[in-house]
Amino acid sequence: MIKKQIALSVLMAGAMTGAAQARDQVQAVGSSTLFPFATAVAEQVGKLSGGKTPIVESTGTGGGFKLFCSGGGENTPDVSNASRQIKTSEVDLCANNGAGPLIEIKIGYDGIVLANSKSATQMKLSLLDIFNALAKELPSGEGKTIPNPNKTWKDVNPSLPDVQIEVMGPPPTSGTRDAFVELAMEGGCQSFPWVKSLKGTFDPQFKKICDTLREDGAWIDAGENDNLIIQKLVANPNAIGVFGYSFLERNTDKVQGSFVENVVPDFDMIAAGAYKISRPLFIYIKANHLDTVSGLKPFIAEFISEMAWGPDGYLAEKGLIPLPDDARSKMHSEAAANAKL
Amino acid sequence: MADKARLRRRYRAERRFRWYGISATILGLLFLGAILVSTVVLGHSAFRQTYIKLDIFFDPKILTPDGKTDPDTLRQANYPAVVKFSLREMFPSVTKRNEQRQLFSLVSLGASDSLREQITANPALIGSRDSLWLLASDDVDQFIKGKIRPNAPENERQLNDLQMQWVHEIVARGLTNLRFNAAFFTNGDSREPEIAGILGAAKGSFYTLLVTLVLSFPIGIMAALYLQEFAPKNRITDMIEVNISNLAAVPSIVFGLLGLAVFLNFFGLPRSAPLVGGIVLALMTLPTIIIAARAAIMAVPPSIREAALAIGASPMQTALHHVVPLASPGMMTGAILGMARALGESAPLLMIGMVAFIADVPQGIMEPATVLPVQIYLWADSPEQAFVEKLAAGIMVLLTFLVMMNLLAVILRRRFEQKW
Repeated sequence: MIKKQIALSVLMAGAMTGAAQARDQVQAVGSSTLFPFATAVAEQVGKLSGGKTPIVESTGTGGGFKLFCSGGGENTPDVSNASRQIKTSEVDLCANNGAGPLIEIKIGYDGIVLANSKSATQMKLSLLDIFNALAKELPSGEGKTIPNPNKTWKDVNPSLPDVQIEVMGPPPTSGTRDAFVELAMEGGCQSFPWVKSLKGTFDPQFKKICDTLREDGAWIDAGENDNLIIQKLVANPNAIGVFGYSFLERNTDKVQGSFVENVVPDFDMIAAGAYKISRPLFIYIKANHLDTVSGLKPFIAEFISEMAWGPDGYLAEKGLIPLPDDARSKMHSEAAANAKL
Repeated sequence: MADKARLRRRYRAERRFRWYGISATILGLLFLGAILVSTVVLGHSAFRQTYIKLDIFFDPKILTPDGKTDPDTLRQANYPAVVKFSLREMFPSVTKRNEQRQLFSLVSLGASDSLREQITANPALIGSRDSLWLLASDDVDQFIKGKIRPNAPENERQLNDLQMQWVHEIVARGLTNLRFNAAFFTNGDSREPEIAGILGAAKGSFYTLLVTLVLSFPIGIMAALYLQEFAPKNRITDMIEVNISNLAAVPSIVFGLLGLAVFLNFFGLPRSAPLVGGIVLALMTLPTIIIAARAAIMAVPPSIREAALAIGASPMQTALHHVVPLASPGMMTGAILGMARALGESAPLLMIGMVAFIADVPQGIMEPATVLPVQIYLWADSPEQAFVEKLAAGIMVLLTFLVMMNLLAVILRRRFEQKW
């Protein structure tokens, strides 16, 4: 055993000398929703610059910030992809660990869809239906809640089919989950006036009522693999899946998106803001790394080029909903100034 | 009479028992066959890729608008515009912007890459005209391979009616070709299924396993030799022995957490490097190697040792000259099986950043890399339909390596095994 330790420490010492040199390869972490977009940009940068292709890890938004904010040194990631805005707790974490100033760039929108198998009937849901089907506790009368009694969609709303509620969606570490809870659940929850009045005054209670998903099997944490959810939906026509629009777009032969508030999720509806459950996507960059990591500026420049994030760009082809023209050009000049491009 | 009946019962029980065994074996083989067949059925088409023949004019006005031909300008020149120009010439009737966009999406981004390669290698081509076979997009490829149903409703297909019509026309003119997909074996990962290749992951696996082997084999053999031949039998060695057996059963993700905490955070080794992956996998395979090596050493008859010692060999000479050579087939088998397990691991690598999109093919143990099982997982997670065949092909490559390693283990055992 002693020999083993010696051998390991010798190897370690040799390896550390190699690791001290400066880095030219960009490292990005974060959301699995942005993974297809960030990787497409990374690949393009690698080809055009002739240098090293940035590395992109899919860790989930929350997991990404944990790594991103773990410090400001060269062995920490330069870019964090987020499918929601950074939380104050994460800003604090970054500041406490010395990650330095951050640059925020909004790159576009993503819709969150509730989809089921093509062989089942297409659902027409309201935000209130979604809340009534998936909340752990339902408000009943002023200041009181009861455990959710709804077993089937028909219990939720008589116009919906008589099938068991079974919804598969992303786990709590996912930004898609955060956005779904914030947009769909809280949206439906606010149909109850007394719950709405809690918002801003008793936020913890508001969050507890609105944000807590059922734990009795009606909601299933299905992991970060959206393809797996789609396969499960095909196998089980009664189930509904929650995932990003880009996956729906690629699998229109197998699954269909449900109407939400009478709007079907498609490119135009999400871009126009008519589809209710859509959220902005961000990338965060460490300003201190702009000068030390040589590939970082080209990576940002490519990300915010018209060829990438424009309406005809390759990211739109991968399912990103671009920002409107004026917002995009404004964001571009802002980001270019911040990143000293 | 009674004893005859009993005898019959016993014979029946015997036959039943055999049948249980046979059916268990057959069931196992059926499952294995089903996995293999479904993988091959899904994946065989990945070894061929669709190409489209295009008349390409390397227009100097597009490629070198300011007349400069230095490598940077040539690399960043607008190759997609050259491809688009050629497609417009092919279908002059398509004039609407929206339709043109749909037309351009029939050809892969990889087509521009191959033009870039040709021009940077030989700038003299600028201004010339040539018909070239260029990569088709993944959707066209899937259609040619019959994986997109042409009679499905339009909104359920990746190619719309207009695009289908164009593809039919291109096929009718004989301008498509399914060729052997050499790029699959020479490219790294890509976001475009038609460009994505397995070489990056295969080399990553190679470097990772190299580190694992270099670390775990000598350490494992030395530990086994010491524990079996030299260590005194007492409480401490008993404890070590129990702990080695326990370690062999620890879930592999735990080793990944250890790697993150110790090698990345404490020693500051680079993320995503095969070096760290190799060390983590070495820790994981060590118990397996030690246990196998100890069993092999134990199987060497004591008479060999006694004979060596009797004619004056020192304990070290006895161990190195006699015991180790005789035990080596067993040791090597254990090591190869341990390596085969390490080759199939992805969970411990998640924590140390090897589950990532890495397009460049790694050139050493310090460069970011991913491994075969992780590559398969990443493809399984991608939305594009064409990745399904790539992932099945990736599984075939991984299985080939595993079968080869296991075969080597069997051959070593057969050739060098000693019967006492």
